[in-house]
Amino acid sequence: MTDMNPIVIIGGGHNGLVCAAYLAKAGRKVLVLEAAANVGGAAITREFSPGFRVSACAHLSYLLDADVTRDLSLASHGLKFARESLRTVALGANGNHLVLNGGTIEGGNLPAADRAAYAGFHANLRKFARVLGKQHNRRPPRIAAGGNSELIAAAKLGLDIRMLGRDPMREFLRIAGINVFDILEEAFESQQLKGTLALDAVLGTNLGPRSNNSVLTLLHRMSGASAGLPSLVEGGMGSVTQALQKAVLAAGASVRTGATVARVTLDGDRVSGVELAGGEKIAASLVISNADPKSTLLTLLGARHLETGFAHRVRHIRAKGMAAKLHLALDGLPAFTQLDAALAGERLTIAPDLTYLEHAFDAAKYGDCSPAPALEISIPTVHDRTLAPSGKHVLSAIVQYAPFDPRASNDAARAGLLTRTLAVLDGYAPGLSQKVVASELLLPADIEREFRFTGGHWHHGELSFDQFLMLRPVPGAAQYATPVNGLYLCGAGCHPGGGVMGSAGANAAREVLAAVKS
Amino acid sequence: MIENMKKKEHYRHAVYHSPFHARTSALNTLNEWHRWKDYTTADAYFDTSLEYAAIRNACAVFDLTPMTKHRITGPDALAFLNRLVTRDVTKIKAGKVGYCVWCDDNGQVIDDGTIFHLREGDYRLCSQERQLDWLSRSAYGFDINLVEDTHEVAALALQGPTSCAVLKAIGCKGAENLKPFEIGYWPFEGGELMVSRTGFTGDLGYELWTDFSRALALWDVLFDKGSIHGIRPMGTHALEIARIEAGFIQAHVDFLPADQAIRLGRSRSPFELDLARLVDFKKPNFNGRRALLEEQKRGSRYRLVKLDIEGNKVAHAAYIYDRKDNGNQVGTVTSSEWSPSAKANIALASMQMPWGRPGDELWADIYYQREHEWSRVKARCRVVEGAFFDPPRRRATPAADF
Repeated sequence: MTDMNPIVIIGGGHNGLVCAAYLAKAGRKVLVLEAAANVGGAAITREFSPGFRVSACAHLSYLLDADVTRDLSLASHGLKFARESLRTVALGANGNHLVLNGGTIEGGNLPAADRAAYAGFHANLRKFARVLGKQHNRRPPRIAAGGNSELIAAAKLGLDIRMLGRDPMREFLRIAGINVFDILEEAFESQQLKGTLALDAVLGTNLGPRSNNSVLTLLHRMSGASAGLPSLVEGGMGSVTQALQKAVLAAGASVRTGATVARVTLDGDRVSGVELAGGEKIAASLVISNADPKSTLLTLLGARHLETGFAHRVRHIRAKGMAAKLHLALDGLPAFTQLDAALAGERLTIAPDLTYLEHAFDAAKYGDCSPAPALEISIPTVHDRTLAPSGKHVLSAIVQYAPFDPRASNDAARAGLLTRTLAVLDGYAPGLSQKVVASELLLPADIEREFRFTGGHWHHGELSFDQFLMLRPVPGAAQYATPVNGLYLCGAGCHPGGGVMGSAGANAAREVLAAVKS
Repeated sequence: MIENMKKKEHYRHAVYHSPFHARTSALNTLNEWHRWKDYTTADAYFDTSLEYAAIRNACAVFDLTPMTKHRITGPDALAFLNRLVTRDVTKIKAGKVGYCVWCDDNGQVIDDGTIFHLREGDYRLCSQERQLDWLSRSAYGFDINLVEDTHEVAALALQGPTSCAVLKAIGCKGAENLKPFEIGYWPFEGGELMVSRTGFTGDLGYELWTDFSRALALWDVLFDKGSIHGIRPMGTHALEIARIEAGFIQAHVDFLPADQAIRLGRSRSPFELDLARLVDFKKPNFNGRRALLEEQKRGSRYRLVKLDIEGNKVAHAAYIYDRKDNGNQVGTVTSSEWSPSAKANIALASMQMPWGRPGDELWADIYYQREHEWSRVKARCRVVEGAFFDPPRRRATPAADF
């Protein structure tokens, strides 16, 4: 490219960094602008109490794109896992815990039929999830625009589904759009097992177990190379983005932190660069935004620079977060009732049954935090001693559900949810709350403020059929290019979505390289 | 009736009466009405031919109240309109009126209408179709105040060679100096009368705007002072003849509004409606711009043409062929009429590209009925450029009295 102005990437989250690294490796001049003091976006590790550090938003790695890890040599840039393929311990009342390890269940009081059925159930879902996984690194087809390459891309998706075989295809099509409650009721008796699997489906979403689309979100969670088994990154999720930053710098791109983009500037009908909050203007040959689609298009660019129909679709992207994030600094490892201390560092869940989960969602639908929330818990310090002083521990938990705009004030809602969450934890680990030396609870509104996601939804938009594949984030921007010349999206708001994957950033880089040949 | 609307009891009236209804109903000796945008509207009052004759030889009054009207004000009013419509609205200075179309994101025409730049930064947008939903959507991100005031603004079209004389007779001093598409204001009955030199007839003519409370007074003074100038009421049928002679298009007749089209390919772009002059690509953004740039590169699918057709059989909805016999169907008539002023059998037609160039051999396949029996004739068509009837008085300023 002869243009001396760099490609500017707004936001140094993992997708922005992945995109930057690929572009720089292809010889492009790239500048990443990050508003915060450090890169990382929602994949950061930060101190929340003196001496205690935690993954401040995403806390387990499920979906990190294997191609990205390999292409960008993240291991050689310092990415290490403190523990891979964590098991899931479904905490039960009175110490009746189930331990799920991929397709098998260890321990617990479980009807024999459930134990037997689980392997087949898991294998089926995994098979379906692989269909989604195959799409991760493909550009979603533009179905309305026609053209042979678009038709072939659409046909590939159809073929992937057809290649499942006749009966599995029918089953896939039957369940893909429905809710996890119904398919779990068909398959199992154990409330504890059903609650645990349903939590996987609704975690981080604005869905209850009975909400349609909750099978799709479960499949998405299982669609990566790890088949849904989470891993613990050493040093927290910030290590992922620190490694990415090294890859970016090694590839020759520049990164500026503390640089808040206030707006995208235009020259006629083309993007000319960005203007920072301080008024500094930076010229760019292209602008790629890792910010969520609503922020990018409605705030940084402005609806007036878009056409009415497109702006209308962007306004109606569903992106209201429903998950809160809890961080506890503990002066000792909590003792969960009858849980082998060796399992305390696995992924722990509290979702005793489907009704518990649905009731937790009901409250949030009407603007209240759940009276008894469901939790996904990680105590990373069991495996990773870099995060807390010796003998101390950190507990990180996703707390479902907390509305983005609670009826009470956000402060009152936060205080109430913290009290109730500690009470739930005490029920499974008596005395846990007495070990708490510091706590932090981020509601969706807090998450919006800290991480700059409109609506506090950490996938930059609900992952649902209406916002999936060529509909993500909206038709007209689903192939990473926006309608504005020179403005691209590369974040989780695009296909294939969120969960610290890096795939959207990589796909966006490929689109840019294909569109702007030197 | 208006009181009922304010009390949200509009459901008590399936169809509204315009504020002129007391006069229009008394004059409608034929008692022929239809429903236009939920208002009772006269098809014709006494004789369509004579009403048409008044438009071209004296002057005629048309009740324009049902036309959908919006008021747009606020700091971003101009920016909002410039993003909405395809033409450059900065060129419509205060006191001027501009014809415009607006498109969806695909560059397909949603509607056409007129922008009245009433006073600096204060705009009225008149549309053929209800547009509040699209305008409200389009308003997002703009600091404007948008109100639909159809039911508050009474309007009459006063069209024809003696219209200026009538205006002067009712007290609009200097009305003759209004240029086409200019707006003037005169005090009226303790309020204001706005007069714009605009219309749908392609003749010398004006549109008169006031509030509902002054509507009857306006009608009465026009017919009182206008009688010596041959003033007549006119219904929609007479206006339709004048419209086609002027070559003006109408939503749902010459094009299907894009937001109402279900089948792909049934809507039209401004280029396909012969309105390229209304598209200004120098504006960096407006609805449809990207698609229209693309269309300019790729070529349009259709074009709208004016046809002068041999004979006197009106070509209602006729297919157009490229040969007299065994030809291909290359177009369809959208509007057609015998033109009394041009003394010609005229039509507007939507042609598939590339047909419709001046000089193309084209044949209309016309079906017509005589004494309950259908006949068919193939009539040669000639593509005409410019209006079918375009009298110099339409533009002459100062306007003459006749």
